Amino acid sequence: MSPDLDTVGGQLDALASGASSARELTERALDRAAHAQNRLNALISSVGADHALAAADAADYNRAAGRAGPLSGIPFAHKDLFCTAGVPTTCGSRMLENFVPPYSATVHERIDAAGGVLIGKANMDEFAMGSSNEHSYFGPVHNPWDLTRVPGGSSGGSAALVAARVVPFATATDTGGSIRQPAALCGVSGIKPTYGRVSRWGMVAYASSLDQAGVIALTVADCARVLDVMSGFDPRDATCADRPKIDVAAALARPLQGLRVGRPRQWFGAGIEDGVGAAVEAAIAEYARQGATIVDVDLPSSEYAIPAYYVIAPAEASSNLSRFDGVRFGHRCADPKDLADLYKRSRAEGFGHEVQKRILTGTYALSTGYYDAYYLRAQRVRRLIANDYARVFADVDVLAGPTSPTVAFKLGEKLADPLALYLADINTVGVNLAGLPAMSIPCGFSQGLPVGLQLVAATWREDLLIGAGHGYQQVTEWHRAAPPGVSP
Amino acid sequence: MPVSVDSAKVRAIAELARLAIPSEAEAVLATELSAVLDLFAALAAAPVDGLAPLAHPGDPTLRLRADLVTETDQHEAFAAVAPAESAGYYLVPKVIE
Amino acid sequence: MPGSLPVMNVGAVEMAIRFGLAVGARVAERSVFERKNYFYPDLPKGYQISQYELPVVVGGGLKVRLDDGSEKFVQLTRAHLEEDAGKSVHDAFHAETGIDLNRAGTPLLEIVSEPVLSSAAEAVAYLKTLHTLVRWLGVSDGNMQEGSFRCDANVSVRRPGEALGTRAEIKNVNSFRFVEKAIDYEVERQIRLIEAGGTVVQETRLFDAHKGETRSMRGKESAHDYRYFPDPDLPPLVIAADDIERARLAMPELPEARRQRYIDSLGLTTYDASLLTSDRVTCDYFEALSSAIPGQPKLCANWVLGEWLGALNAAGQTPEQSPIGAERLGGLLVRIGDGSLSSKMGKQVFEAMWLGDETADAVIERLGLKQVSDSSALAGVIDDIVAANPKQVEQYRGGNDKLLQFFVGQAMKATKGQANPAQLNELLREKLKA
Repeated sequence: MSPDLDTVGGQLDALASGASSARELTERALDRAAHAQNRLNALISSVGADHALAAADAADYNRAAGRAGPLSGIPFAHKDLFCTAGVPTTCGSRMLENFVPPYSATVHERIDAAGGVLIGKANMDEFAMGSSNEHSYFGPVHNPWDLTRVPGGSSGGSAALVAARVVPFATATDTGGSIRQPAALCGVSGIKPTYGRVSRWGMVAYASSLDQAGVIALTVADCARVLDVMSGFDPRDATCADRPKIDVAAALARPLQGLRVGRPRQWFGAGIEDGVGAAVEAAIAEYARQGATIVDVDLPSSEYAIPAYYVIAPAEASSNLSRFDGVRFGHRCADPKDLADLYKRSRAEGFGHEVQKRILTGTYALSTGYYDAYYLRAQRVRRLIANDYARVFADVDVLAGPTSPTVAFKLGEKLADPLALYLADINTVGVNLAGLPAMSIPCGFSQGLPVGLQLVAATWREDLLIGAGHGYQQVTEWHRAAPPGVSP
Repeated sequence: MPVSVDSAKVRAIAELARLAIPSEAEAVLATELSAVLDLFAALAAAPVDGLAPLAHPGDPTLRLRADLVTETDQHEAFAAVAPAESAGYYLVPKVIE
Repeated sequence: MPGSLPVMNVGAVEMAIRFGLAVGARVAERSVFERKNYFYPDLPKGYQISQYELPVVVGGGLKVRLDDGSEKFVQLTRAHLEEDAGKSVHDAFHAETGIDLNRAGTPLLEIVSEPVLSSAAEAVAYLKTLHTLVRWLGVSDGNMQEGSFRCDANVSVRRPGEALGTRAEIKNVNSFRFVEKAIDYEVERQIRLIEAGGTVVQETRLFDAHKGETRSMRGKESAHDYRYFPDPDLPPLVIAADDIERARLAMPELPEARRQRYIDSLGLTTYDASLLTSDRVTCDYFEALSSAIPGQPKLCANWVLGEWLGALNAAGQTPEQSPIGAERLGGLLVRIGDGSLSSKMGKQVFEAMWLGDETADAVIERLGLKQVSDSSALAGVIDDIVAANPKQVEQYRGGNDKLLQFFVGQAMKATKGQANPAQLNELLREKLKA
């Protein structure tokens, strides 16, 4: 049997056995990227083939010299909000269309040091604001399963690249579901670790207290492997925790037997499509079949998660995005007549509609007279939600439910009704508010489109997620399903 | 608490946020923001009495760095990405103080 | 840069604790960094990290001595940690303002006093006391030109018995003299305005040192709403009781306590004690000196405040740069104290020591400057003089006390000025009494 060159594990085996070289794998990735680009529009910032191949050659050299890192020679893509020194970093925005950062994110430094070969940077909703990838200055990403549909967002490019087997993994970030929802809609696996697990240094901020970097890959084992490289203490991020790393090997070896799986009633509410609900129930039944205990649990404050999130995230964003003012980097308007004009036009020209709307929303929520009713109240609700989760995790190891209430929807379908798009985050945002680790894994199809199963664990218990997700993938095949048009 | 936003309010917030909003877009934004505020109205019903706001997940405390010089001089690299820079200064239209 | 994050420096926190303890304030167990949101080119993130609702230092106060000798206790509201902004340069570029961000992000401690200062002179006296204290504590080098110690003065006026009027804030005045001028100008301006039927608007004003006037800063005029909220990048600062206790134990003796000790136990004048305690290095120099020669505090104070500071001033040097260490100067004062040198000779030796690295004794030896204070040697000289001037002896004994100076002069002449005058006086009086 020829080695499985679509996964990180398979590629590492091929590299170790000498069946493939890093150069071959990188050429393969670049080739696939080029073919996929017209259909998917998943890459927006180029590294340059020469640059990628040089990195691949270095990886081959290091492997030959016995200095292979844990990801040596594995091609990958970054979501285009991780700063990469010398490589454009756009955040999907006109504001940073021509921005080439002078420094690199910790996440990039770590993957680079582990031998990963960056082949390009993935499209995304502008400044990570969106759930459909339609809010990119560089045009929408198309879902590999159906090019007329969205890939989800904001890490839509990362998910589409992995689903299309262009790269075996891509980095992503999750502020309200931006890893899990596109992973679900594209039929791939994605992990969002506990807040503080991965350094945010060099990762352009959307909402600092919610943003967390993670991985999208085909398998949970690959997600765990890459997360292991990315994570760990970083003194440059005051919110990055100094904690022991996840014992990935032990986590992967956890049996499903005896796992306590919580099924939150509130995640199966009215908005859940029948096909999605059925696939998720089937997955939960599979857990039961494997010896897990299924417990119905309540997260009574779930209904407040969406409003709390859409106060807090825009509030932080309105402040985070103030540094984009046309003075030190990024877009500057032509011929400003004075300072105010410079600010207002540079920002209005540089930011797209959704970003401007969230900046305005956040500015409003923080302004005098509204702070208490909106921002402060939302932060109290946040504690209410965190308390809900803490309570259920006294009784269960993981929670399971639908990542997204629907399968991938048509491009343009929800643009006219932005609020409907906000509501699509209903099952994912609570996790960010509480800072919990979570994952989405493929668990079936509805209308021929992938359905994602969301798993959530208590803070710092990624091991439980990895065990539960990997165990499921040992006994199911959903994660192996490839979209049409992908060469085997 | 049904709150709605009108064009004047959009102008005022846009001024704070330093965004040039064309006057024809004000009404659209006013409608959109009003819809978002309707969403927020649900917060009023949340049973949060006695709960402290949660600004940082996990309630961590601040870690302090050692009092050492760790930054290197990168002003040339920073200047290289600036829209307008001269002799170590970022340039903006004349500010009258 | 996009993606960059702040990290707090422990040194700044330690200094805040030290300051808080020094002014008798409460050091908050938990304080919170917030973002103050506004756009200005010297503010590279579009917000300033500052402390708003929960500052690190709460309350406290300072005893301030006013020019008329009276004392005033100035209550402090708070002191909070925040980051500095950059600097704008308006005259170096044509039609453009240049922004220097080198200072941006540096921690600073903003100390806020209660509205209790009732004149420009009081404000300056308060600032000087504060200036001494923060330098004393090592919290700031106090360099006002470089902006290490800056002042924003809030000025309001009122008619007697009425509530405080609307205030105007004068920004970043960089010398004590300018603070006084700026406040005096602003007080005048507000009084004139009100008397002409106008009202003071709350605004930020800039002091123009060339014109000696304040003017409105239109650049910062547009409606403010700082939208403070806790900085999500920085969790709350929690200071353990142990850390505060450690800082308390490591506190140096404060200038006010030292001043009082100098007056009460060393018997120094209020004036000398105040001067000595106005600068930590000078004061520590005095401490080292007076412990080198115990029991002579007045002599030490005179020399530190006189010759030593005088020589430093003349050389344009700071106390840190003194070429004569306290120990070496101590060697000289020992010789003055034991009568080996007259104070005039002492100054001569001091000058020589200033230029080289010789000890006092080496200079004395080299210049042959030993004061004759050996009483038997002096007794011989006195015997000769008494014998040679019988007429004057008779007149002196007859009641003409003034003639004592004649004998002193004769003895000085005979010893080429090296006689110890105090000893000489005593020996002569004794001899002539008989």
